[in-house]
Amino acid sequence: MEEKKENNEPKIVAFLCNWCSYAGADLAGVSRFQYPANIRVIRIPCSGRINPLFIVKALQEGADGVLVSGCHPGDCHYISGNLAARRKFALLKNFLSYLGIEQDRVQFSWVSASEGNIFASLIKKVVDNIKKLPANKKLVRKRVGVQEYGWY
Amino acid sequence: MGGTESIENKLKDAVKDLFLKKKVDIVIGFEKGSLPLTSRPCFIRSSDMAERLVWNASCTNNLAVYLPRFFQKVPRAKKSGTPPPVVGIVAKGCDARSVVGLIKEKQILKENVVIIGMSCQGVIDRRKIESFIDGSFIAGGRQEPGGILEITTGVGDKKKIKVSDVLAESCIECQYPHVENADVRIDGESITASDDGYKAIKAFEEKSPEERWQYFTDEISRCIRCYACRQACPNCYCKVCFAEQTLPRWIGPGDELSDVMIYHIGRIFHQAGRCVECNACVRACPVGIDLRLFTRKLCMDVKELFGYIPGLSIEELPPLLRFELNDNNDFITTG
Ligand code: SF4
Ligand code: SF4
Ligand code: FES
Repeated sequence: MEEKKENNEPKIVAFLCNWCSYAGADLAGVSRFQYPANIRVIRIPCSGRINPLFIVKALQEGADGVLVSGCHPGDCHYISGNLAARRKFALLKNFLSYLGIEQDRVQFSWVSASEGNIFASLIKKVVDNIKKLPANKKLVRKRVGVQEYGWY
Repeated sequence: MGGTESIENKLKDAVKDLFLKKKVDIVIGFEKGSLPLTSRPCFIRSSDMAERLVWNASCTNNLAVYLPRFFQKVPRAKKSGTPPPVVGIVAKGCDARSVVGLIKEKQILKENVVIIGMSCQGVIDRRKIESFIDGSFIAGGRQEPGGILEITTGVGDKKKIKVSDVLAESCIECQYPHVENADVRIDGESITASDDGYKAIKAFEEKSPEERWQYFTDEISRCIRCYACRQACPNCYCKVCFAEQTLPRWIGPGDELSDVMIYHIGRIFHQAGRCVECNACVRACPVGIDLRLFTRKLCMDVKELFGYIPGLSIEELPPLLRFELNDNNDFITTG
């Protein structure tokens, strides 16, 4: 595999909560706010649906960054999903950076359905942060092949 | 004399007493191991068997790991209505905290556990002893009164080593040697609690990310994936571990390093708010991976972010089952 020297077009996996950030992304779209096309959106029912392993797996499969965005604390559609998730996120972010994975690889945010412009500026910021980092090498699967995995 | 032997006798008497008063059906304790300077877990089922119990600095295991299986509802037991047994457990400070954690997480029944709280003087780390008798192995040994280990090495040398010189790291750094929730208490001398403020963790944090990643990689690449660390941990009681799930299959079964890393990240992360720093995982590891450096990071964060210390009170909810509106929000990226 050839070395990827710079990281001009990082791929970022964005887990967006259906009730807020996903709708925020929609609003950014219909209001024609520009934001970089580096994110690959995965819609989740609530930020509380995030299993920390999702984030780790995204990095393993080669994502240069992961963003998780949910409703503002107190505004979760399921009342407290994001509050319960926030504790896990705080621990996970600290733990991954303790192991030596760059702080900005994994980012968390709160964006509501009405904040289309904020969503666009958030993505700009996240992408800028991640562009400063080298391409993700740590934790990335070295051996590519389906044998180990059987079904996918 | 004092020391461990009199504690051992007190323990035997207490266990016999429990059986005579029919307060327990089974007691989990330690008996003499087959190798010198080892003890192994044993399951005492009657007052006569209590003579087998030992108590010394080689009683290393965290016995709480054996508890959940007594309370698992096998379909047959449910039908026949067999009541679960009352289990006594010989517990050091850390073991007792695991028991509390298990009660809290509803893996065992509070009414059916009798905690025999030992006064703990710390346990030895065999790897440290082996480094003391350079290159050789422990061919014979016993614990003398006054905390002295008399060791015969593989080449026939005799050596005296102080227990305090070969204490396990977890005991040196032990913050809670005292069993708070004991039902029966065996009194004696115990080590003093220390609070080093997670010095080793903070020192590791000072290093550059590259150095830290290198260290993590070096340690984990030695892992042979025996899962002994998971099996030894009293708080890992899931029937199907994420490491072995197939739908979804989180990690492959091979030696792909990133898979092994994810196993470790997953296992250690699952101990957030549970880990009692007992070192059972470290002791179980056949290749001596420095797991403690990683498990304690989460202990430290749980303490600092949520003010929670696992295993002290039965009532307090675990930190990840609770939340506050004003929890730490500093790590959030704002648009
Ligand atoms: S992770 Fe290790 S130190 Fe922590 S409770 Fe489990 S076995 Fe003990
Ligand atoms: S006990 Fe050691 S070798 Fe076995 S899985 Fe755990 S870290 Fe790997
Ligand atoms: S519904 Fe959006 S975070 Fe819970």
